[in-house]
Parts: sequence; structure tokens; C-alpha cells
Amino acid sequence: MKSSNQNQESRFPSLAGFLILLIVMMFFVTLSIGVIPISPLDVIQTLMLQGSDRQELVLFDFRLPGIILAILIGAGLSVSGVILQGLTHNDLADPGILGINTGAGLAVVLFIYFFQGTLGTNMSIFIMPFFALIGALFAAVLIYALAWKNGVSPIRLILVGIGVNAGFSALLMIFQLKMDPQDFRQATVWLSGDIWNPSWMFVAALLPWIGILIPYVLYKAKVLNVLHMGDDVAAGLGANVEKERRMLLITAVCLAGASVAAGGAIAFLGLIVPHISRKLIGSLHQYIIPISTLIGALLLMIADTIGKNLLSPTQIPVGIVVSILSAPYFVYLLIKSK
Amino acid sequence: MLSIIHRSSTLKIIINIITIMALVFSIGLSIAVGAVDIRLSTVWEAIFHFDKDVTSHQVIQELRLPRAFAAAMVGAFLAVSGAIMQGMTRNPLASPSIMGVTHGASFALVLMLAFFPAVSNLGLTVSSFLGAGIAVTLIFMVGSISADGLTPIKLALAGVAIGTMLSSLSSVIALHFQIEKQLGFWLAGGVADANWTSVKFLLISGAIGMIIALTIAKSITILNLGEDVATGLGQNHFMIKVFGILAVLILTGAAVSVAGVIGFVGLVIPHITRFIVGRNYGWIIPTSALFGALLLVLADVGARMINQPFETPVGAITSLIGVPFFLYLARGSSGEGKS
Repeated sequence: MKSSNQNQESRFPSLAGFLILLIVMMFFVTLSIGVIPISPLDVIQTLMLQGSDRQELVLFDFRLPGIILAILIGAGLSVSGVILQGLTHNDLADPGILGINTGAGLAVVLFIYFFQGTLGTNMSIFIMPFFALIGALFAAVLIYALAWKNGVSPIRLILVGIGVNAGFSALLMIFQLKMDPQDFRQATVWLSGDIWNPSWMFVAALLPWIGILIPYVLYKAKVLNVLHMGDDVAAGLGANVEKERRMLLITAVCLAGASVAAGGAIAFLGLIVPHISRKLIGSLHQYIIPISTLIGALLLMIADTIGKNLLSPTQIPVGIVVSILSAPYFVYLLIKSK
Repeated sequence: MLSIIHRSSTLKIIINIITIMALVFSIGLSIAVGAVDIRLSTVWEAIFHFDKDVTSHQVIQELRLPRAFAAAMVGAFLAVSGAIMQGMTRNPLASPSIMGVTHGASFALVLMLAFFPAVSNLGLTVSSFLGAGIAVTLIFMVGSISADGLTPIKLALAGVAIGTMLSSLSSVIALHFQIEKQLGFWLAGGVADANWTSVKFLLISGAIGMIIALTIAKSITILNLGEDVATGLGQNHFMIKVFGILAVLILTGAAVSVAGVIGFVGLVIPHITRFIVGRNYGWIIPTSALFGALLLVLADVGARMINQPFETPVGAITSLIGVPFFLYLARGSSGEGKS
């Protein structure tokens, strides 16, 4: 056991390096393919500000912000999943399945419904994450409270999550249909999990959340390790179990909420990425967290590229691609779990 | 009080008769309420002294009447499907929507609409049977491969996963062939566009499905006591399960092909029915059909009233009614199947 752990730890630098390499490659691939193809060489030239105006427009105004958003969202959702799975001792926990994403979605739709037009576009891009956050927090508290019955059993948590999810979806549908057609379209595309209308504003709105929260989680990795061993062990080792758990839970919800605000409801990503990471690097969170960040970013970039190009000119929302790719893996986990 | 009802056939008959009367009244209400409110007396006249020169009579005959009948039948079919599934699997969460069956049916419908836009109503119905069948097969396969069988939790999770995947595939196809609007309709669920042809379809498939369901009702009661007991009593589970699944597919397929995905009716109604009439499926099946019909007719009336003049999808209404109930069941099921 110990030797295999050390083995996996020593693999960390090469694994991380390999993933970063893949991300960089994917970055150029994604930048170059699309309705207007730009060869990788041209991409590099354009990035050095030596491309044609047209290429600059396509890259800087459309593709680049989309890719950076995909990286940020993928990282945010994955780390949120790592925390949730670590805290609940539940391999099937995920912000999407637990209904946290739908909570954020409902809040955003309510926001579009009530405030669209009363605020400037730029204002609303920065305010939307906060609304998503409130929605996500509300959903999390609601699920936790409803699942509470002399403690929270992991299974009840998930079942309650499924129920709350269904209820929020129904409310979403009712509010969506009350909107005028313009807002309706925006909400629909957004809800299927799309990096819609990527702009630098969204990047700027999301970056602080991801940039601050992921390092914070990394800083708390040892606490997560201890909590993962169970409450008794954690208390024995002197951790303030309840306080630490609450802080980490809030962090997970914030990560999910901010990601959902920018990228819509992307399910399953936060579920499968931590699993893949644990397979690759073992069970220590100081390694799982960076690896999950990288894998999540990579997977979402790939899914986004597939969605944009597979059935071109039809654009498939990235959330749908992620669901189709990861639902079979989820079923596989389900079959294996006891 | 309830145990008296459980024992007395007369009381059960009375309950059923009361439900039928409530159903007739709510169908009348459903016909009267709408974009133009019509008085109940006019409804009566339109049905029994039809005069084709009167506009409101036309509206009633061509739009409201088929809609109300379709709602009643769809509700009944989904409730009976749920009752059969819960009875056979002894799983409190088994139901068409939780198990992804409705998503399977709508997936097949989207496929047909995308590749054979000229498909007939019959073709749509058959394809939604097939789609429902594929989803059920997938879920039972997951159950049979996995280590400790289909616990309620695994069933719910597998249903969510397979349902999500099928509906994602449906979205891809719909987006590519630009039939999002139709897909949106199937996923939202509603009986607004029901006409006499759909009513006929529902009647025929419903008759077949209900006959199968009532024929195997007694065997389901025994199966519900546990497979060992059932074997001891000399029952052939395999054939009963085959017929049970067949009935579920016919009923759910017909319901989805007319009304789209309407959730939670098949989950909630069988529980309420069992609570009232006991565990005898000879009673549970007809009574849950009536309760399901009543619920959906009323939900459809609600769908028209909540947000006038627009219609709210009836599936959203049944979800809002069903979710608290699901949560109640989820809280209760903590003991079964550990993680």
C-alpha cells in the first residue's frame, strides 16, 4: 500500500507535465479548427499579433475567450466535485446530480426574468455569478436540511438531490415559458450548458472565483485528507470537523455556482473527473486537486470542441456532449459500487 | 379506518364510484375552463344536444372533449404502469419517469421525426414502444450486472444517468435536424394538442394494456410477497414479468406518444392507492387508473389557469406535486441498500 502510494506520488510531476502538454496541444487544435479554419502556424502568428485582421478577430474575440472559459469552468466543476466526494464519502456526489447546478440555474433564470433590461449588459455579467451563487447555496442548504435525519446518510443525500433537482427543473420550465421569446432563447441555450456568447467579460467575471478558490482548496488539501478518513479519526487528530467541513462545503458550492453562472448546467463532469484523478494518482488530495483541475479543463475543452465541430454548422451545447460522454462511465461506477 | 377499507370490498367499490364521479365532474370542469370559459350547462348541451352552428359547441367537440379524455387516459396509463413496476420489483421508487422509460420513448420519437418526418401516428406510437423498451432493457441490464441487484437507490441513479444520456442524445438530434420545438413539446409534456385520432389510439392501446394488467394483477400480488413465496405457490415468474413489462411498455409508450414526458404520476399514484386500498393488485390497478386520471385532468386544468393566457406544461405541474412526495419516500428509504 505504502509503496504504491509513493509510486503514485513520484508519478505526479510527470503526469502533471503530460496533462499540461495535452492542454497546450488541445489549445492550439481548438483555436485552429472551426467554421473558419486557421492553421496552427497562423494561430501562433496571430497570437504574436502578426496575423490578418480577420484572423485576429476570430481568435481574440470568439475562440480565445471560449477556450479560456472552458478551462476555468472545467477546473471549477471538477474541484467542486473533488470536495463534495471527499466530504460526503460518496463516490457518486456531483454538483449536477445533487441539484446544486439546477439551483444556480433557477436563480439565473429568475434574474434574467426580473432584471433583464433594467441593468446594463456588463453589469449583469458581473452580478449573475452572485445570483447563481445564492441559488447554489440555497439548493445546497435545502438538500442538506431535507436529507437530515439524525445525520446525513450519503444515499439519502443523493436521493433528496434528485428530487430537489426535479422540482427546480419544473419551476425553471414554468418561469422560462413566462419569458418573452428573446430571453427564452437565452435561458434555454444557457440551461443546456453552453459556453454561450463567450466574451472577455465572462472570463473576467469568473477568473477571480477560480483563481482564489482553487488555491484555497489546495491549501486545505491536508484537511480534506483527514476528513476523508471519517469524522472520528478527524476529531481524534484535532481537526475542528464541523467548521472545516462547512468551510469546504461553502467553497465547493461557490466553485460550482460561479462555473454554472458562466457555463450553464454541465452535469457529470464534477463526478467523473475526481474518479479518473484518483485512479491516476491515488487518494491524497494535494495531488488529486491539481490533477483534477487539469483533467477537468482538458475534458471540457475537448467536449466543447466536439460540440462545436462534430455536426457543424449545428452547435451542440457542451453540457450535452459531456452528458453523453460521461453517463456510461457513471453507469459503470454504479455497477461496480456496492 | 384504513384497515376497514383494506378488508371490505364494498367500501372499495364505494371509493371507486366516488372517484369516478369526481373524475366526471373534473372532466366537465376541464371542458369548461380555457381561453373562453364556457358554462357547465353549455358543456352538457354540447355533448348531448350537439348543434354544429354554435361556436362553443364546436370548441367543446373538437378541442376540449378530446383533450380532457386524453388527459384522463394518459394519467391512468402512467399510474397503472407505475403500479405494475412497483409491484413486480418491490421497489418503492420504480416508475416510468424515474426509470428513464419516458426518456427512452421520447428519444425514439425524436429519431423518427428526424429521419422520417412523414411518419404516421401509428409509426410514432410503435417507435415510442420500442424506445421505452430499450430504456427498460438498459436499466434491467445494469441491475443484473451489478453486484447486489437493483436497490431502490441504484435504480434511481441508473434511471437518472440513462435518462440524461437519452435526453442528451435527443437534444443533439433535435438541434441538428432543427426540430427543437417538437422536442421541447415532448419533454415538457402536455395534452393541449390531443385530437380524436389520439383519443382513439389511446383507447385501443389502453384496452390491450389494461386487459394484460388486470389479467396478471393477482400474480403481481403474489409476486409482491417475494419471489420465494411466489415460487412456492407454483407461479411462473418469468411469464408474469414478461407480460408485466409488455403492459408497461404498451401503456407508457401510448401515453408518451400522445402527451410527451409527464413525470411523477406513475410514482405518486400507486403509493397513494396502496395506502388506501391495501396490497391487493386486483384493486390497486383499477383504482390507481382512476386516481391517475383524476390527477392528470386536474393538473391539466391547473396548467391552463396558472399563467393565463399561456399554457404551462402539465409535466411541470405534476413534477411540482410529485417532488415533495418523492422527497418523503427518499427520507424513508434510508435503511434499504447501503452505499
